[in-house]
Parts: sequence; C-alpha cells; structure tokens
Amino acid sequence: MGWAIALHGGAGVPLSLPPERREPREAALRHCLQVGVEALKAQRTPLDVVELVVRELENNPNFNAGRGSVLTTKGSVEMEACIMDSTKSCGAVSGLSTVMNAISLARLVMEKTPHIYLAFDGAEAFAKEQGVETVDTSNFITSENIERLKQAKEANRVQLDYTQPIQTDPTKEKPTADGDSQIGTVGCVAVDGKGNSAAATSTGGLVNKMVGRIGDTPLVGAGTYANSYCAVSATGQGESIIRATVARDVAALMEYKGLSLKEAAAYVVEECTPKGTCGLVAVSATGEVTMPFNTAGMFRACATEDGYSEIAIWPPSTQN
Amino acid sequence: MGWAIALHGGAGVPLSLPPERREPREAALRHCLQVGVEALKAQRTPLDVVELVVRELENNPNFNAGRGSVLTTKGSVEMEACIMDSTKSCGAVSGLSTVMNAISLARLVMEKTPHIYLAFDGAEAFAKEQGVETVDTSNFITSENIERLKQAKEANRVQLDYTQSIQTDPTKEKPTADGDSQIGTVGCVAVDGKGNSAAATSTGGLVNKMVGRIGDTPLVGAGTYANSYCAVSATGQGESIIRATVARDVAALMEYKGLSLKEAAAYVVEECTPKGTCGLVAVSATGEVTMPFNTAGMFRACATEDGYSEIAIWPPSTQN
Repeated sequence: MGWAIALHGGAGVPLSLPPERREPREAALRHCLQVGVEALKAQRTPLDVVELVVRELENNPNFNAGRGSVLTTKGSVEMEACIMDSTKSCGAVSGLSTVMNAISLARLVMEKTPHIYLAFDGAEAFAKEQGVETVDTSNFITSENIERLKQAKEANRVQLDYTQPIQTDPTKEKPTADGDSQIGTVGCVAVDGKGNSAAATSTGGLVNKMVGRIGDTPLVGAGTYANSYCAVSATGQGESIIRATVARDVAALMEYKGLSLKEAAAYVVEECTPKGTCGLVAVSATGEVTMPFNTAGMFRACATEDGYSEIAIWPPSTQN
Repeated sequence: MGWAIALHGGAGVPLSLPPERREPREAALRHCLQVGVEALKAQRTPLDVVELVVRELENNPNFNAGRGSVLTTKGSVEMEACIMDSTKSCGAVSGLSTVMNAISLARLVMEKTPHIYLAFDGAEAFAKEQGVETVDTSNFITSENIERLKQAKEANRVQLDYTQSIQTDPTKEKPTADGDSQIGTVGCVAVDGKGNSAAATSTGGLVNKMVGRIGDTPLVGAGTYANSYCAVSATGQGESIIRATVARDVAALMEYKGLSLKEAAAYVVEECTPKGTCGLVAVSATGEVTMPFNTAGMFRACATEDGYSEIAIWPPSTQN
C-alpha cells in the first residue's frame, strides 16, 4: 500500500489528432502529474492534491475546463466542477462564467456552506462573497472553441470536443449529443498511503449545449465520487455517464459485489455505457490505479509510490 | 406480479403536527393515490402515472413543491424535479421560479432535448420555448412559508419544513442544515404488471437555502432513480441523500448483492444515512412496494393490484 495518483484530460480523442494539438496536451499531462506526485510526496492530503492538479488543468487552455472551456449554443461558457473525498464530504458548482477555478469554488461550497451544490447566479454570488479569483468571462473563450461551436452549429450537433470530421445529419430534428468527439473534462484522483482518497473533476461541458445544461461532472455519483473503497473521476458523454451513474457504480461493485478496482471500472466502462462515450480514472484505498475507456483514446497519466508512471493517449497495446 | 404505486409528501413530520396541518395532507395523499391507481388501471404508462401524481402534489400548496415550495434565504422560490423510467431515460430541472409544474418540464427535457438536466435561466427559457404553463413567481409563495423562513432566519438555521420547535444555536457560525424538520419533497413511483417502472420527485428544497443551492431531488441516483430492478424516490435532508446516493444504492444492492427491494431500501435508510434525514418510496419490477424512513414520520401512501392500500404518516406499529 502506497500513494497513487491518476489524472485525465478527456476521453474521445480522434485518431487523426495532429501533433500540434497532441503535444501541448501531453506536456501538460506530464507537468500536472509531476505537480501531483510532488504534492503527495510532500504529504499533502489527497483532497489538496486533486484540487491542485485540477487547477493546473483548468488553467491550461488546451483542455475543456476553465480557460479553454467549450461554448454553449449562445457562445458563452458555463463551467462546472465537483470534488469529493473518501469521508464523503463533497462540493459541486455549475453555471460559472467568471470564476477562474471552478474546482476551488466547489471545495469552498463543501467547506464553507451547509450545502453540497451551488449553481449559476447563486454560485457566482458565493464566489464574490468568498473573494475567489474572477475575471471577465471573455478570458475563458479561445478561438479554437469559437471554431468548434461554428462547426457544431453547421452540423446541427451538440458535441464534446476535439471534433475532426463533421457529420451532417439533417434528418435529425434535435441536435445529437454523440459523435466521435468524446471528451470534455479534466479530472484527478489520488490516494495516500493510509487509504484516504479524493476525486476532482472540472469541465466546460458540451460544445453547443443548451444554456443551463448540466452534465455528469458536478453530479455526485455520476462523474465524480469517492468513498472508503475508491475515488473516481469520469469523462465522456455526460448524459450516458449520468444514466450509468458511472463513478458510484465503480465503488458499488467493489463494495457490494466484491470486485477489484480494475474489474469494477472495466465492467462499468465496457458494459454499462455505450461504446465511445466513457472513460475514467480511479484509485483504490489500497493504492491501485486503473484508467479504462471505451473511446478511441483518453488523455491520461498516473503514478504510484513504487515508482511506476505512465502518460498515454491511445489504448494500451496489451490488455492488463 | 401486478401493478404497484407509492407516493410521499415528505419525511420528517414533527410529532406535534396539529390536526389542521395534518388532515389536508392526508386528504391530499388519499386523492393522489386514487388518481394514480385509476391511471394504472386505465393502462397509462408508469411514466405518465408518476408525472400525473406529482403534478397533483405540486399543485397542492400543503406540500413543499410547486405551490407551497419553501423559500430561499432571499425569499424566492427555486423549484427542482426529476423523472426517470426503467429504460433509464431521465430528465431533471433546477432553479425554476415561474413554472407551474417542474416535473412536466423535467419530462420535456428528457423527451425534447439531447440533454438530461437544465437549470435556472436556461431551464426557464426552455419552458417558454415549450409553451408550458408559467405564472408570476408570487403564486408559489404561501404565508406559511414566509413564516417558516422568518423562523429559520431567527434560528440561523437552514431547515427542511414543518418546523415546530425553533432551536437557537448562536454558537454555530454557519447555518445548520439539520433539525427536527426533515421533509421537503414530493414523489411517486409506479410499476405496471410487466416490469416497467418510473420514479418522479419534485421539491422547493430547504427553507432558507442559499440562492442557487441544488439538493438531491434532481440528481439522478440521489433523490430519484429507476432501472430494470426498481424505481425510487427519496425525501429528507438533501445533502445526506446526495452523499449516500440513496436512490441508486437501493437498486445497486438488489442488482449487485441480490437483496430484495425491502432489504435494500431498509439497508440504505437505516445504515447509509444519518438518523432523521431520509425516507423513500420504492417499487420493484415484480410489483413489490416499500416505504422506509428514519425520521419521526413520513407522509406516504401506496397501493398494489391485489387490493392492498395504505395511507400513513407515522411508523408502522409492527415492523414488516
């Protein structure tokens, strides 16, 4: 038993992702993994560690969270996040448009209010009361995302991110929420050497989403969950992750059915969500790590105290 | 195997509830049960049935949903609801202030959008687009709830509803979200004779809640859930229900641990949530019903095709 950490920068990743889009993200994963590992070595709590790492990912405009968040159908950003630790303390926020680090506001909801979840105007007002860093909403909007929104509208589709091919489907009246581009979230899970763990997830949501749409990320048990068995952060097509209560189910399979972390996570990803919609990172109380996904790829990284570390995008060449 | 239906009007219920407050609610439960039973006998789908029943409960000002919703700390209403059926189709809304029937808007989100969950301004805008019935927000505010808010502020407490005794606790800096008054929600679950089920829950939330606070009701897996095993609607202290992922756990215990509906529901209510915070109604695919709670009482009613029916507030005199 030792510490372990895993983080993701979104599932999906079209096979045709060009180097100039891939390399900065790989570098960011490497950097964030290092930040997390150093924090664990310095005996920071898992809760601190996951918040720290997710803040780094939020600040990086190459991921769909914080700066770099994808845009709603009105061209605005509505960011959401959730943090939870193995004592089941948790905090969540949705509908943020000016807050630099949604994950930190989620933690403040957890620690400074009698509630778990604040959203939209109420969440923004709380941010002001707490004096957290806010900026003009335009700071979150990147040209890449303006382009993505344009493509999505042309295809009449709600998409997650990293869209390369545009599939026009004029026969569908309501915009579809599926497609190749299955990412949209950043997250981190960590466990110390004593079984305490935490999970944190943050996102801008879906490209071209309806104003006010909430996804899986801030929903305890869907995109984010932690208890005495494990900590889980999911990414992919939010609606599928909600229906499958992905994060809670990984832990429930361990607790109620006696599966191992790997077995539980693989089962949820392979059997409980449609292909192409889901990936997750998870750590167990005993220091194991798993990072399964049913999409073409998932930006991910992990490390364990025994010296193992990994940064990857594509599926492993051998199943383990 | 036959049809079954159960509904609740909130857990908590102080023992000192006077007749003039109790009787209208009992009458409403009787009426709503009849509405639901007749709909099931007329072969309406479980989804239609639960929506129908919850609409009736929302329209009744004696329950904390729709008219009669409790007030936020600013004296406003922010209503939320969720509906789900055993195919795992689901819809949810939060932050409504003018929509007459939140549960119906939740169903429209499920059926008319690529999303599951819409909140606040976006949800209100969607309501307008859909032409659902909206009224001036003052229509939802009752004098009873203005009084409850006043009491809660005096006690510096966030409370659920039906508060009789005021516990002043000036030593606590942040308002507490617990207390005797543990209700705050209406809900209904139903199953037809073929294993199809549905759950619906609707609420105004917590008295004196922070603006923007979201509770368990609209969170799939927390306050509301349905799958091929069962349908569940919970009520009580929202934050506790979220942490315990109550509705999902009932189904997970059946699926992953092989417990019966009764065993699973009893376990979640007794072992997974703090005393005084949780009640639920649930039906199984095979037509069973259970209505456990760990509060002083829970307004509830149920009926099954074999002719059994029950309307109650207090715990059963014998455990069954």
